[in-house]
Amino acid sequence: MKKYWKSVEELNENSSIVAKLEEKEFVSEIATDEFLGDKETLEESSTSRRDFLKYVGFSTAAASLAACEGPVRKSIPYVVKPEEITPGLPNFYATTIADGYDFANVLVKTREGRPILIKPNKLANGTTNARVQASVLSLYDSLRLKGPKLKGNDTTWSDVNAQIKASLADLKAGGEKVVLLTGTLASPSTEKLIADFTAANGNVQHVQYDAVSESATLDAFQEVYGTRALPNYDFSDAETIVAIGADFLGDWQGGGFEKSYTAGRQADTGKMSRHIQVEANMTLSGANADKRIVVKPSEQVFALINLYNAVTGESLPSKATAKDADIIKAAKQLKKAGTKGAVLTGIQDKNAQLIALALNAYLNSSVIDTATVKYTRQGNDAEVQQLIADMNAGKIGAVFTFNTNPVYTLANSAEFVNGLKKVKLSVAFASSEDETASKAQYALPTPHYLEAWGDVQMQAGSYSLTQPTVNPLFDTKQFQDCLLAWSGSSESYYDFLKNNWNSAILGGTSWNQALHDGVFTSKASENKAKTIDVATAASSLKAATKEGAFELTLFSATAIGDGQQANNPWLQELPDPITRASWDNYLTISQADATALGFSNPVQDNGAINGDYANITVNGVVVENVPVLIQPGQAKGSFGLAVGYGKTKAMKSEMQVGVNAYPLAQDLKVVQIASIEKVSGTHKFACEQLQHTIAGRYEILKETSLETYNDKSIDPKHSWNEVTKVSLKHEEVDVTAVDLWDDQDRSIGHHFNLSIDLSDCTGCGACVVACHAENNVPVVGKHEVRVGRDMHWLRIDRYYSSELDADSLEREINKNSTSDKVDDYYALEVPAENPQVAFQPLMCQHCNHAPCETVCPVAATSHGRQGQNQMTYNRCVGTRYCANNCPYRVRRFNWFKYNENSEFDFNMNDEYGKMVLNPDVVVRSRGVMEKCSFCIQSTQQVILNAKKEGRKVAPGEFNNAVACSSACATGALVFGDVNESEDEIVAKKEDSRAYRLLEAIGTDNNVLYQAKIRNTEEV
Amino acid sequence: MKSVKKHSQVLRLAITSLTFLFLFTFKLSAQGDVKAGKSLFNANCAACHKLDKKLVGPALGKISERRELEWLKAWIKDNNALRASGDADAIAIYEEYKGSPMTAFPQLSDADIVNIVSYLDADPVKKAGAPVIAAANEVEEETSTEWISYLVLLIIVGIVVWIFMKSDNTFLKIVATIFLLFNLAYFGFTALLSIGVDEGYQPVQPIAFSHRIHAGDNKIDCQYCHSSAKNSKSSGIPSVNVCMNCHKNISEVAEETATAEHSKAFYDGEIQKLYKAAGWNSETLEYTGETEPIKWTRIHNLPDFAYYNHAQHVTVGGIKCQKCHGPVEEMEELYQYSPLTMGWCIDCHKETKVKMEGNGYYKNIHEDLSKKYGVDKVTVAQMGGKECGKCHY
Repeated sequence: MKKYWKSVEELNENSSIVAKLEEKEFVSEIATDEFLGDKETLEESSTSRRDFLKYVGFSTAAASLAACEGPVRKSIPYVVKPEEITPGLPNFYATTIADGYDFANVLVKTREGRPILIKPNKLANGTTNARVQASVLSLYDSLRLKGPKLKGNDTTWSDVNAQIKASLADLKAGGEKVVLLTGTLASPSTEKLIADFTAANGNVQHVQYDAVSESATLDAFQEVYGTRALPNYDFSDAETIVAIGADFLGDWQGGGFEKSYTAGRQADTGKMSRHIQVEANMTLSGANADKRIVVKPSEQVFALINLYNAVTGESLPSKATAKDADIIKAAKQLKKAGTKGAVLTGIQDKNAQLIALALNAYLNSSVIDTATVKYTRQGNDAEVQQLIADMNAGKIGAVFTFNTNPVYTLANSAEFVNGLKKVKLSVAFASSEDETASKAQYALPTPHYLEAWGDVQMQAGSYSLTQPTVNPLFDTKQFQDCLLAWSGSSESYYDFLKNNWNSAILGGTSWNQALHDGVFTSKASENKAKTIDVATAASSLKAATKEGAFELTLFSATAIGDGQQANNPWLQELPDPITRASWDNYLTISQADATALGFSNPVQDNGAINGDYANITVNGVVVENVPVLIQPGQAKGSFGLAVGYGKTKAMKSEMQVGVNAYPLAQDLKVVQIASIEKVSGTHKFACEQLQHTIAGRYEILKETSLETYNDKSIDPKHSWNEVTKVSLKHEEVDVTAVDLWDDQDRSIGHHFNLSIDLSDCTGCGACVVACHAENNVPVVGKHEVRVGRDMHWLRIDRYYSSELDADSLEREINKNSTSDKVDDYYALEVPAENPQVAFQPLMCQHCNHAPCETVCPVAATSHGRQGQNQMTYNRCVGTRYCANNCPYRVRRFNWFKYNENSEFDFNMNDEYGKMVLNPDVVVRSRGVMEKCSFCIQSTQQVILNAKKEGRKVAPGEFNNAVACSSACATGALVFGDVNESEDEIVAKKEDSRAYRLLEAIGTDNNVLYQAKIRNTEEV
Repeated sequence: MKSVKKHSQVLRLAITSLTFLFLFTFKLSAQGDVKAGKSLFNANCAACHKLDKKLVGPALGKISERRELEWLKAWIKDNNALRASGDADAIAIYEEYKGSPMTAFPQLSDADIVNIVSYLDADPVKKAGAPVIAAANEVEEETSTEWISYLVLLIIVGIVVWIFMKSDNTFLKIVATIFLLFNLAYFGFTALLSIGVDEGYQPVQPIAFSHRIHAGDNKIDCQYCHSSAKNSKSSGIPSVNVCMNCHKNISEVAEETATAEHSKAFYDGEIQKLYKAAGWNSETLEYTGETEPIKWTRIHNLPDFAYYNHAQHVTVGGIKCQKCHGPVEEMEELYQYSPLTMGWCIDCHKETKVKMEGNGYYKNIHEDLSKKYGVDKVTVAQMGGKECGKCHY
């Protein structure tokens, strides 16, 4: 039997908080005591009852007077209307994001010339993650650099161009070295341009730098295959995947593997890949894995060598680890999979990468693809460190930085800043006046990718174009345009790009077509492999691996990534898929270590959790006051900490959260030996994991193993997908057979259903941000999230589960009895050591028999015949009965006015940020309830388009219109019309895995879930 | 309310017949036919020429005082050939107009040209009858029912006061009080309901744009200017470049366009405002590039929480614009014709039958729904047009 739990606290049977939260229907009581119970405050108040009545009287009178006169509104049409714009209709443009960390082919929805939504460009095989989805808001960041600056003072582009051109000429005359330090560009045209610039200016070097480095893999791949790139992986046909310290469903090597990963895990085909994850932190990949082997970072190295030895039968120098038995099992499965097996590793050591490449070569793996290699990471650690040394030695004449923020991201940032002072000319191209831009002589504003031209080659043979979708908001110039100007060319980068594509890439095909599609593909050529000296690699790897009592793994969080979009409130408010905490980074620690070191996470009455602070020391570098969060599944003796937080430059004060962990990533290595000490203070986490109490109903997740699923002798309806039984006229019947309601005929017209496949959901959070963007969902800030007032229409609940042994099963059964067993150990420690994880996206379930509708005193929430549970904001008076009667806790109340309110200084209180709002969806006011609408504005638009064109709605059209399902990379969310037989949703509805949440309460939901299937097969 | 004088069908027929009679009678006169000349001028020349003003080409009024008839014939039929023959006048004109050649009109006969010239030489023809004077007696005053309700109220109040003053019957007093309170509540509620209802809202616009002239007199299709109504949720206020499609050539109104209220000079002044907005120099006939967007005052204001889509109603539903916007073609200045309240929307949704013929989208839905409701044609409300979420999201 399995027990599902949201927090370790729930495993503690004696926890009064959990009991309280379970029994409580509402997380927070009405705080009458707060304002009436405090006698002192009441007495101190200078407002008397009489005054109060006066205020009430005055404001009523004022309001009624004000209501008599309507405001005069102006309408200002274009003088000359651009041909492609029809007010009220969206335009879509194919473009590409390439910010050095995230690369994706996207479609941009613009309204009246403003980009308002990012969608994956599915024609170009594009997928989007949460950061790509949120990037549209970063365009409207009011703290962007609005014009060129020289030493902090405003200047003009003509002055800048003249001065820099003169300086470059001087440097050239003096034969001094000019360095272009950029993030990963992967842009064929920019590379050609840099080559031209080098030709014009002589001594120029282009150094690429990734804040989260993949240099080791690049070095290894270059050594074996001769080209500096990352191997690609296609998991759609994989049988066994062993990932060692590689969060490939997260941001490992640029990410983007989830689509092929889930394609290879479709249970209905009868086959699923077996995913074994060896890791220390609980990552997205670990959470999705069929088997998770928890080891410290140093042991991962030996796990890799041991795996190699076990598969190949060789005996490379290694060391035994505690999990060798599991590794041997994994090796057996790899061998069984043969060419359909693959090994991935995130160990930042060239030798480790060489061993992984050798092992894949030994398996002759068809999963790894060494031809269509990836170019999305190009950073070269050695060159970066050499540059810093040269700068300090005074060997560098000029440094131009672009698409990178080394002063913030480098561990040896101080050395870099020192070096920068010794350089004659330092120029930072930046989107905001960030840490680097404020240290360089020139801070030159670059346009956002939605305002710029560009190209990118994400993988061999796949060329993508970036095109502007809006006129530049500020006085910005592209890095490439500047390089052209400084090389003495009068060409614009657009012309340069177009010429380069026509001559070098398109091979005679149409530029306009490529621009329309956003992508152009050609064939990639094979890379020949050299033999790998595994023995040498293994021995030097063994020698280089240091073990410590505590090892720290730095990682990039799902929401913030490398930190370049840290000033984006949507991302700050996106809860981490694993910890469910937002607005923070924190040290994750195992339960055992936490107990030993005296850390705890007490849960508060309202479901919020607190934490202690620690100082972390790595090699003498101390990062102070890091909040500590106990993470089930964290390897004992290891810590995790996210980078990308703690930024202070060009950040709104609300967004200046967390600590900067980059100083700990010494030598650009994310694994470090660390020590921590507890310091005083209590940290208040904005963590949603225990909020939205489910009132003790835990049967909301269903899962089974592939073996059981494939066993046709087992009827799912009587086993793993059992329907609750009730007694009707003294007979046991399915609960679905009983209905208190008169059912309506919904067979005519559209009837929408949403299917959510728990097997396919990797928890990436793209849908959550897409929902924010599409539906004008407000951001409420850290404090409000902490007290459970987050406004997410769509949240992704994370459940831990653990198999209960006989003892704890008995305890579970006796839980409500009066027995007082205090043997917590099993319940608390063992399951928490390595729990299984399941993600469950949860939004309004659009119940056909909705409990919320019946309790609304003003009929503000009502039912549509298309299946939506409709919420009429202008009718709502804010009684919140509906939210209290909702079994799924998906209704959100506007406790405050979140727009144009300086208390909530996020995008809706910002003249630029407001431009991202969807004009088809109303911005809600204070005191009304809101929730998922099934994107009715989009489905209605689809229907209208069909009516205008006099045709039926095509299958899949609704799925692409709804924000969450169109954003989903893996197809876990499928939206459609169940009355349309060709729609994908019809099959989903009939699937044996389909179930409805809390079916027993008879709400007859229009949201379906597909039970999670795990491949538990061991060899 | 103002009204445009309407000619009866019979009258129009009579005038047309008389004109034709006139035409045929005088066709053979050597002098040339002014009427025929006018229609030829309007068909062929008016796009570039005016009588009294330079447009694309020179002003042509009283042209025969400046040019020989034979020269004119040669020029009009093929000015290019005339220039090629070395005619000094022809070349001079060509150069004056910066080398933009006039279209050749080989299809015009000599007689046609004589007619045109006669029209150009004739005094500007005054239209029969004085400018239209708003004939108030033609339109019946809308009978107001308001004074009746005031009268009723007054009588009721009178009776109640009388009861209180004169009667000793307590029961009657209580009943009267309750009656009075009910009435007050009724009137109070009605008054409160009308808050925010802007029926008849007619703000002063920056340009006194007359829908009467455009949609009424000139019968310009609504969607020529409000072109996004068929595609988009908003009908769109036309951008200035759409106005200039016509007003590049129409820099003044005809005499007969003027009304008692607004003179010709007034309308011409309004067109100048448009030129200012578009940055059009009506002397040099060039765009200056100095534009100035027109800040119209919005008349139809739906609250943010109500979603309305023009395309749904205009294209799919085939609803005439006038159904909601009223007789726009008669409005000198536009005003809000309908209350735009929710009740008003819903009433229409309840009555209106969905126009499904020939629309592939409704193919099966129509049959199924009409069967379900047992009706021939389903109304918008039966299609779900009464659901809150269809307009509020």
